[in-house]
Amino acid sequence: MSIILMGCFIMKKVGIPRGLSYYEFYAAWKVFFEELGAEVVLSDRTSKKIIDDGVKACVDEACFAVKIFFGHVINLMGRADCIFIPRLTSISRNEYVCPKFGGLPDMVRGSIGGLPFIIDAEINMRKDKNGGLKAAYEAGSFFTTDRALIRSAYNKAVKSGYGVLPAEAAAPAGVLKNEGRLKIAVIGHGYNLYDSCLNMNLLNKIRAENAEVITLDMLDRDSIIKRSGTIPKKMFWNFGSKAVGAAFCLLDRQDIDGILYVMAFGCGVDSFVCDYVERLIRREKDLPFAVITLDEHSGEAGLNTRIEAFIDMIRWRKKNDINLPSHGQYLHHGESSAG
Amino acid sequence: MILTFPHMGNTYITAKVLLDELGVSYVIPPLDNQEALSIGARYAPELACLPLKINLGNYIKAYEQGADTILITGGCGPCRFGYYSEIEQGILRDLGIKMDVIALEKPDAGLLELMRRIYRLSGYEKNVNRVIGAVKKAARISALVDELERQTFRTRPRETAKGSTDRIYSAFRENVLNAKGYDGIKKLIGETSEKLSAIKVNRNQTPLKIGIVGEIYTTIDSATSFNLDIKLGNLGVEVDRAVTVSGWIIDHMFKKALRLPYDTGYVDAAKPYLKTMIGGHAQETVGHSAQYADRGFDGIIQIYPLSCMPEIVAQSVLPGLSRDKDIPVMTLIIDEMSGEAGYMTRIEAFLDVLDRRRERSIG
Repeated sequence: MSIILMGCFIMKKVGIPRGLSYYEFYAAWKVFFEELGAEVVLSDRTSKKIIDDGVKACVDEACFAVKIFFGHVINLMGRADCIFIPRLTSISRNEYVCPKFGGLPDMVRGSIGGLPFIIDAEINMRKDKNGGLKAAYEAGSFFTTDRALIRSAYNKAVKSGYGVLPAEAAAPAGVLKNEGRLKIAVIGHGYNLYDSCLNMNLLNKIRAENAEVITLDMLDRDSIIKRSGTIPKKMFWNFGSKAVGAAFCLLDRQDIDGILYVMAFGCGVDSFVCDYVERLIRREKDLPFAVITLDEHSGEAGLNTRIEAFIDMIRWRKKNDINLPSHGQYLHHGESSAG
Repeated sequence: MILTFPHMGNTYITAKVLLDELGVSYVIPPLDNQEALSIGARYAPELACLPLKINLGNYIKAYEQGADTILITGGCGPCRFGYYSEIEQGILRDLGIKMDVIALEKPDAGLLELMRRIYRLSGYEKNVNRVIGAVKKAARISALVDELERQTFRTRPRETAKGSTDRIYSAFRENVLNAKGYDGIKKLIGETSEKLSAIKVNRNQTPLKIGIVGEIYTTIDSATSFNLDIKLGNLGVEVDRAVTVSGWIIDHMFKKALRLPYDTGYVDAAKPYLKTMIGGHAQETVGHSAQYADRGFDGIIQIYPLSCMPEIVAQSVLPGLSRDKDIPVMTLIIDEMSGEAGYMTRIEAFLDVLDRRRERSIG
């Protein structure tokens, strides 16, 4: 109890690791903590050192993104009075996030020694739409005893920060030309897509081929939610139902030239969602689809080759499909998960 | 309608009683789960967890024997098991295997849909009491089978003629396929238990005690984890496994659904290391490990299939528990590439560690 009481007075700098849910909620969290008078310290952008530290500290079996998150926690040590690692059990009705998100603070505590205080408020909105506010009261209690202030900070955070993507997600200007431009949809967790060190600059590699990148965050949120409920058993992972809904939305559109699915090796959610989405797309439409699996052993040259080959294939089938068929009915069937 | 169901250790005995009592026709897939795994691994997503691959192999084998409907349980996350039914249906459909799936779970469409599924499963039996009676009998058999298995755990390390327990127990697992209904199977269990009690044992022996924790499928389905529980027993170790089929059926499926109180001691025991339910059996793994340590066990072995999400979290917090409670913990991860010899070397080394620790504490 004494730590908590002392915390009210000492904790001024709150550290936020640049990983996992950072890519979805950072804007809101920043507003929330700053409204409470705290200073937000963000870990550095992912680097080779952060990856190495994380891989060393984390159990081998966790997915690459979790390992990198560990590296970001280590990066923050000594720079902040406390680190904010919320326990994300559920962020949407009747849906979970992922077991590793629910146990993240426990995993970090069990694996890294000498940690500063960790704010591990549980966000559980599965059955309770006020789950977010409850977590805010818990997290805010380390900075102020004024519940009204926490409430107003929470409301401001939701209003101004929810759905705002971090700087990493922005596309660089002036790369794409209008002539011969392709549209490639990329399905994957935000933390895999927007961390350019994790994915070896994947999105910009696609853009460099004069292909526009469309991620789930660029599709209409409401239609995704509407379409996600049209399968017999709705996915109970927040990301899963989003990806399935998005796959339907992408199939409805006529301007998508190909779909890439990006996942981290060992991701349990992706192993099922990817399989479901792939089968769905193959049944419904003749659309190029490929899977890219990333981990700490991925080589950049291999990634370049696969992206170039994927884009070339799409361009060829547009250009000279009649003279020289570059695709057939089962061309990519069963080969998508190689590499 | 000819039903089938996936294997998981001795669950086939429970399912057999249920279906016998309901009078539904069914096919039990061949007991060889290693072969099922090699079939399933061909068609399942590469990174799917092991039980899904074995399930697929079971279904395909049962389909060849004439089954057309699959009976499984479901869930609502966050563990992947809750979505098995949908992924498996998708794979079978694309393979051109026409099989229906009856998933016992609370469907999106509501409880009425669940009633409809049970009604269909029971062969459109109108007598509700007969259905409830069959379920009760199946639950009772599952408890008896688990008790029988516990008896083998106690006898195996102490028997004077090595292999006696294994002979009786494997004969039971074969013969039970020919027994019929609740009465027949109950009688066979009773006879087997008597035979086990008659085995000559060395009462002065104090075997090493190891608690087996981890993901439910790989711990309960002995064949998947290279018969680890049996091998340990034959190496003179008394094993204990807190997660059982009957516990899962009675606590997890009935008591939880009906909101009856059940033993949640493991939740409190896990609390210092893992604060909340995160799905699967992670909380059980951590809680039971703490309880084993407190009960004076010599060591703990955690088993889980590669990429199992909840167990990865449990594995990350177990080193802290091991330090605090001064108990060695070893983690074994299983997938279709696992080789038996490598695991045996690790297990023998682990047993050596436990032996030395015991000698040191006595001497």
